Amino acid sequence: MPTDLILTPNMDRPDDIYADLLAAHEGLSKAESDALNARLILILMNQIGERRVLAQALAAARVPEGS
Amino acid sequence: MNKIFEVPLYPYTRHADQDAATPAHHRVVVVGAGPVGLAAAIDLARQGVEVVVLDENDKVSFGSRAICFAKRTLEIADRLGLGTPLVDKGVQWNIGKVFFDERKVYDFNLLPEEGHKRPAFINLQQYYFEDYLVQRARAIQAEGAPLDLRGGNKVARVADHGDHVALTIDTVDGPYSITADYVIACDGAASPIRSMMGLDFVGRVFEDNFLIADVIMEADFPTERWFWFDPPFNRGQSALLHKQPDGVWRIDLQLGWDIDKEQEKKPEKVIPRLKAMLGDDVEFSLEWVSIYTFQCRRMEKFRHNRVIFAGDSAHQVSPFGARGANSGLQDTDNLAWKLKLVLEGRAPEALLDSYDAERIFGADENILNSSRSTDFITPKSEISRIFRNAVLDLSEHHAFARPLVNSGRLSMPCTYDGSPLNTPDALPGGPARTRPGSPCPDVALGNGFLLDSLGDRFTLLAINADAPDGLSEDGIAVTRLSLTDKDDATGALAARYLGDAPAAVYLIRPDQHVAARWPTYDAVAIRAALRRATGQEMQ
Repeated sequence: MPTDLILTPNMDRPDDIYADLLAAHEGLSKAESDALNARLILILMNQIGERRVLAQALAAARVPEGS
Repeated sequence: MNKIFEVPLYPYTRHADQDAATPAHHRVVVVGAGPVGLAAAIDLARQGVEVVVLDENDKVSFGSRAICFAKRTLEIADRLGLGTPLVDKGVQWNIGKVFFDERKVYDFNLLPEEGHKRPAFINLQQYYFEDYLVQRARAIQAEGAPLDLRGGNKVARVADHGDHVALTIDTVDGPYSITADYVIACDGAASPIRSMMGLDFVGRVFEDNFLIADVIMEADFPTERWFWFDPPFNRGQSALLHKQPDGVWRIDLQLGWDIDKEQEKKPEKVIPRLKAMLGDDVEFSLEWVSIYTFQCRRMEKFRHNRVIFAGDSAHQVSPFGARGANSGLQDTDNLAWKLKLVLEGRAPEALLDSYDAERIFGADENILNSSRSTDFITPKSEISRIFRNAVLDLSEHHAFARPLVNSGRLSMPCTYDGSPLNTPDALPGGPARTRPGSPCPDVALGNGFLLDSLGDRFTLLAINADAPDGLSEDGIAVTRLSLTDKDDATGALAARYLGDAPAAVYLIRPDQHVAARWPTYDAVAIRAALRRATGQEMQ
């Protein structure tokens, strides 16, 4: 059974994770933040690995209200 | 200056055709004596097809131009009889280094697969490639092959009359006319034949300029491919350093779009750029400098009845990945045997449409790959530059990012998936790399190599399987090559051709591509596959 993109709550301790994301950007210039985001996206893409799931993620990101 | 550029290799001489009362007729006329045209002519003539090559010049092309020849090209050259001089002269390399800003982010080793006669790549100036092709043409002429190479012959008019083509040719002695059954236009990206016929050539222009310089230096740079993204000596741009034979180094420097080309080509502009790159203490001299822009585009169709386009005249790519000359050689490899069968009346003209289908498929693959490389090397938007730089930064520390670094995806032969000549795969458990449409991978066999036993004819490759010596269908003969997995102690034959199958029978085309495969010999299926592979089903 191939994995599908998860669009239901899946983060343990979402408030902490979100705070971690903001903390990583603290004190960075816009250019540094953009670079960090890009590196983060690439690292997470590698974690997911499957093109099919990433395509679903790209579609969900493009149309945030869902299909 | 290198003398090779000055020696006329096929100087103009007056030909009897110029004094003929009515235009002389030829089987095939090839226009253009570059790598693609010469390869086409040699391939046809050595198989007995009469061919005339016309070129307005009489020398090798100036400057190094195409410098990276891939294994498939060398295998084709082996079939044409000139693989060994190419490989003996060429520079082999396996190590590549990638630099970003001021630091090396990683290096890689191509780690070529064992059991192949030819290396993954050689670096060799295009003029040597052309020189060896001309020598090979002369050698087969001396053996009686019907090949006529005419320098100083410029095609001025071409007209397709349905069942033949008429050509008017300008020479220093004035114009003359000939006719031909078929014309192969190998006259380059700016193809005059294409223009004369009013045919389109659409695609994507990349707004960028590259300075290429051939530099002679006695430097102790290793035989490696070095690629820089955004180096201090060429800020915001890229650079490439590659070794060629004779102590010549090829340097490519991206310059951007808004430049004065004539100014940038002058030694007083070029030399400081190279000094910044190589260091002040390196002694070098400039052999050749050029500035180029490039496009990724192709013709809508390569075959226009009796005029067939091959190489850069039919399709153009960015230089990243060495997909220009290498794909042109695959064009002629694909075309020569089909044209021979059609001219001999052993296959329908429709077989030539499979050249269109297969090589357009190949051209699209090359355009896709080289466009992607170009987009990585020269990001076209702010966000694509941010991602590109993120990939490079990560690649220094994490292996996962290295496959994303794209400084050119080096030319690989095309697998003709979906070709009208393929018979659906009938070998359960067979390896994907040898499915119908694939170019046969080489295997070391005792004292020789598999590919040297294939080509120029249809072959039935039987591995651990019984098959008759040969068979013939509608005048097309098939020769059997019988092997067992014991013929190769390394297991490569089994890995590349059997996979999980205990035995296999392959039908292999004259261009060493797989047409069909089965677990056992089946005469009816093989005859049907042979009819299909020769275009009998395409009418």
